Amino acid sequence: MTEPTTMNSTPDPSHLPDHDSVYDGLLGSDDSHWAFGTDFEDPLAGVDTTVPDGVDHHDLAVYCLMVADDALVMSQRLSQWCSNAPDLEEDVALANIALDLLGQARLLLARAAAADPTVVPTMPAGSPVPPEDALAFFRDHRDFRNVRLVETDNGDFAVTMARLLLFSTWRLALFQRLAVSRDHVLSAVAVKGVKEMTYHRDYAGRWFLTLARGTEESRRRLVAGLAATWPMRAELFTAHDVEQRVAAAGVGVDPSTVADEVDVLLEQVFGLSGIARPDIAPLAGVQHRTGRHGLHTESFSRLLAEMQVVARAHPMGTW
Amino acid sequence: MATATVARSARLDRARQVAASVTDPEMPMLTLEDLGVLRDVELTEEGRVVATITPTYSGCPAMATMRDDLVRRLQDAGFGAEVRVSLHPAWSSDWITPRGRQTLADHGLSAPGPAPRHDGPIPLSFLPTRRSLTCPRCGSAEVEVTSEFGPTACRALYRCTTCLEPFEHVKEI
Ligand SMILES: [Zn+2]
Repeated sequence: MTEPTTMNSTPDPSHLPDHDSVYDGLLGSDDSHWAFGTDFEDPLAGVDTTVPDGVDHHDLAVYCLMVADDALVMSQRLSQWCSNAPDLEEDVALANIALDLLGQARLLLARAAAADPTVVPTMPAGSPVPPEDALAFFRDHRDFRNVRLVETDNGDFAVTMARLLLFSTWRLALFQRLAVSRDHVLSAVAVKGVKEMTYHRDYAGRWFLTLARGTEESRRRLVAGLAATWPMRAELFTAHDVEQRVAAAGVGVDPSTVADEVDVLLEQVFGLSGIARPDIAPLAGVQHRTGRHGLHTESFSRLLAEMQVVARAHPMGTW
Repeated sequence: MATATVARSARLDRARQVAASVTDPEMPMLTLEDLGVLRDVELTEEGRVVATITPTYSGCPAMATMRDDLVRRLQDAGFGAEVRVSLHPAWSSDWITPRGRQTLADHGLSAPGPAPRHDGPIPLSFLPTRRSLTCPRCGSAEVEVTSEFGPTACRALYRCTTCLEPFEHVKEI
């Protein structure tokens, strides 16, 4: 979300003599380069956020939450690889992909808040926490609308690559259609996202192929990783009522319409990799409720606790 | 009347010059204009400057800094200023100016080739992105990609197999 600058509990360093700062040498001649976000930055400042005719404001907001939460939670999972990836290049790559997704999430959360402010959790009076941060850090798990694919544990690198392949292939197909949304913000986020996620999908596809054709061990892990991921696949193509309504209004995309295209691409990867398409039953919902309805897995609670704990400890904090 | 118009036009020129000289926080050898991030500089009726910028990547953490730098530099030059973000059209590496490309090369970075364009479904590419580029240090074409993801969102990592030095390539997007 926004870059941290000051927090209420941060001691005031102004009493220290200048020469005490070991960072002085870093500042160079233009110290404004280090003054990250000196006040709240609205990521949609100056962007036309008028809601198009013929779409319910609340539906649009909930749809933006769905698309935002997919990116936010996937970004959080990918960030957990920081300093844990197999080598430095993969560490940097995963952090870059996480950052792109975080950027998409910020814009989409801000868009949700602008479309219908009632989706934003109520903060204490005078709290400077902006709506995008309130949505990311102060919603409970049942208010998150992400698909369950993005929330389960990372597992090993092969599980992460299998999931990233599925996720980026699906999301890229969705965003190519979302690029013509009648909503200016969704359309702009999608056009940008298509460019970024083309790199993400290529990255996952190459690693999938590399692991499949690598050693016996890498192949064993990839097959296991794909099997662990596959039960969450069906949910990606099952439209929620809100998705159907915003799709009918020309604002969103019905995910069932991208199933064939995603399948063709996955078959291509499986074929080249010599991996059989898994035959595993989908993860059941509860009374037809899944991630899009706010039904989540146990590991999601732990992910959210870690992601939200600092922000929740400082509801009056400026970041 | 004519004098006022001339004065206003001079003021706008001055504001454009100031805005165009603000540098990128992550690649400070480039100005925001060189990078193609600065899209527009206008004067309102009241004489305030409105500068429009477009993010390079959705998650670019430098956006807030760019905005703050623009406002501060314009204020130092005597302008009331605000910065707007334009998401559409999306930034493309094609917008990096010829001077920006030369500056990148002068600083040991490889400039992007033409951005890919797609009509219809985008094919999945299993091989490293094909680029014809040369080592910014020794000029050799014998280079290999180490990673499509580098120290910032906009850069890929390369290695020259002739002089053995690593270098960064600004990605096509
Ligand atoms: Zn060389």
